[in-house]
Amino acid sequence: MFMHNKIKVLGSLIAAALVAACATPDDTANVTPTRGPNLGATPSAAMLAAMDISIPPSGAGLPAGSGSVAQGEKVYAAKCQTCHGAKGVGKPADPLAGGIGSLASGKPMRTVGSYWPYATTLFDYTRRAMPTTQPMSLSNEETYAVTAYVLHLNGILPESAVMNAQTLPQVKMPNRDGFVDYSKR
Amino acid sequence: MNKKPLPQAVIAASETRIAPTDTKRRRFLTHSASVAGTLAAGGVAANAAAQEVPPWMKTMGTPMRTYGTPSSFEKAVQRPFASGYASVTPGAGSSRTPHQSLEGTITPSGLHFERHHNGVPDIDPSKHELLIHGMVNRPLVFNLATLSRYPMISRTHFVECAGNSGANAQAKPVQGTAGGIHGLVSVSEWTGVPLSLLLNEAGIQSGASWILAEGADAAVMTRSVPLAKCMDDAMVALYQNGERVRPEQGYPMRLLLPGWEGNMNVKWLRRIKVTNEPTHTKDETSKYSDLQPDGKARQFTFELGVKSIITFPSFGHKLDRHGLYEITGIAWSGAGRIAKVEVSTDGGASWVNAPLQGPIFSKSFTRFRLPWEWNGTAATLQSRATDEKGNVQPTRTAFTSQYVTGMNYHNHYIQTWGVAADGSISNVHA
Repeated sequence: MFMHNKIKVLGSLIAAALVAACATPDDTANVTPTRGPNLGATPSAAMLAAMDISIPPSGAGLPAGSGSVAQGEKVYAAKCQTCHGAKGVGKPADPLAGGIGSLASGKPMRTVGSYWPYATTLFDYTRRAMPTTQPMSLSNEETYAVTAYVLHLNGILPESAVMNAQTLPQVKMPNRDGFVDYSKR
Repeated sequence: MNKKPLPQAVIAASETRIAPTDTKRRRFLTHSASVAGTLAAGGVAANAAAQEVPPWMKTMGTPMRTYGTPSSFEKAVQRPFASGYASVTPGAGSSRTPHQSLEGTITPSGLHFERHHNGVPDIDPSKHELLIHGMVNRPLVFNLATLSRYPMISRTHFVECAGNSGANAQAKPVQGTAGGIHGLVSVSEWTGVPLSLLLNEAGIQSGASWILAEGADAAVMTRSVPLAKCMDDAMVALYQNGERVRPEQGYPMRLLLPGWEGNMNVKWLRRIKVTNEPTHTKDETSKYSDLQPDGKARQFTFELGVKSIITFPSFGHKLDRHGLYEITGIAWSGAGRIAKVEVSTDGGASWVNAPLQGPIFSKSFTRFRLPWEWNGTAATLQSRATDEKGNVQPTRTAFTSQYVTGMNYHNHYIQTWGVAADGSISNVHA
């Protein structure tokens, strides 16, 4: 009797599955769950501060501290030049300087100076990922300084420039208006 | 553009799939670690075993194993890989799925392509957390144990690097295998938690329109994603083809954005910040933006275009008899299901519909197959896919004219294989 019922139940399940399979092609029968068990924990303020390292163009979240072009030249020589070459010319890594005005020339050269739309991106990326053999090893001051130096190599900042949370977001990159937003197309 | 072209040997080095002289078997696989121009001759000892009992029938086989691996005779089926900065960061580069050697539509997990920006992290899941914060009512932290208790979905989707097929952007056709040129795309069955579910638990604040997704690798990879995609079909994937996501694919958890460029499917996912603007990270400004001849670059071009490639016959194979062959390949689209694949053997002068093999999943590989009688004359093979939204795979000329020379993102135009009278196959631009 039990077996009989089980088979009947199984049979009706199979029938229901077949109906579902016939009614809709392939994956459209999939249902996405909308309710979860609420197992997320509340992060501590210290965790939020430690993990929230991204810097948008507004500069929100930039840390205290500052760095000058002159200090950045020393950081660059010690920690960047092996891969990026003297004065940001590249080899084996991508060039950091030059190419300004080349994008529509037929021989575009994409560097920080010629292509990157925001200086905040340079700080953000350098702090999180450089130097590639020792990521996340630069202090905030070193990051500000080397950012200032690379911008100076591109002629964007004078030799006297100092970068900090106020000055960095003010830097107008040459290719700021060089991008067409396709996110809504 | 500033992406280095792949070394020729890397694109070409792979196993060879050789058509047999034995017509009773449609096809036979044989392998050799060949490089361009030095293809091994097809030698298949058909029916040799009929004369005597083979040794594996006269001795006991090996016992069970805790984890299986492919046959030792399949060792040549490998991912070729390359790094543009090998002297400094050997882990920054890519490996490619050898499509010319694979069948069906699921990519074995160990052959799923890789693209890393600073190697594969060895993450202890007990020390890994996913933080959701920013413009939410309740910031939340999850780990693998808590996420594993959530309702899940399983979806079969491709992941494709936006730089896939970039080798074909070069003016001179690169002589590479289907995988060497187009191997930065793979399909897995992904299982995980809908991202919308987690974001709803955190409570999205009004005005939010983007997220920033961040990985826990040594490049701390970040990409901005429109919130609408996150609330649509995005997933925090925990499983790949039934087992935990492989380290190369983001263990213990990765973001999956079906149909969108692979770089955004952030691996080793550690943080999602809900924002009201894109963060303009390095990988969505200096990279993965598509430069036009007028000097302006298209930014945030997320969806991958409708695409197909013939995987057999393709470069590295050799047709060594006249007669019946099966032309087969894979088609996919970031916009949805594949609706049609047409095949041409005369360089696009005429087309026939190739039967599609079901099930046809959205944003996944669909395999097409077409019988072809080869009479020994030169032929020019192409496939052209159309998706359910009516998008049609473009010609190389139509696509490349929109961008600067060598633009190597989103290359989804028609692949052409030239078949010579001697049965050898080459990559040609048409």
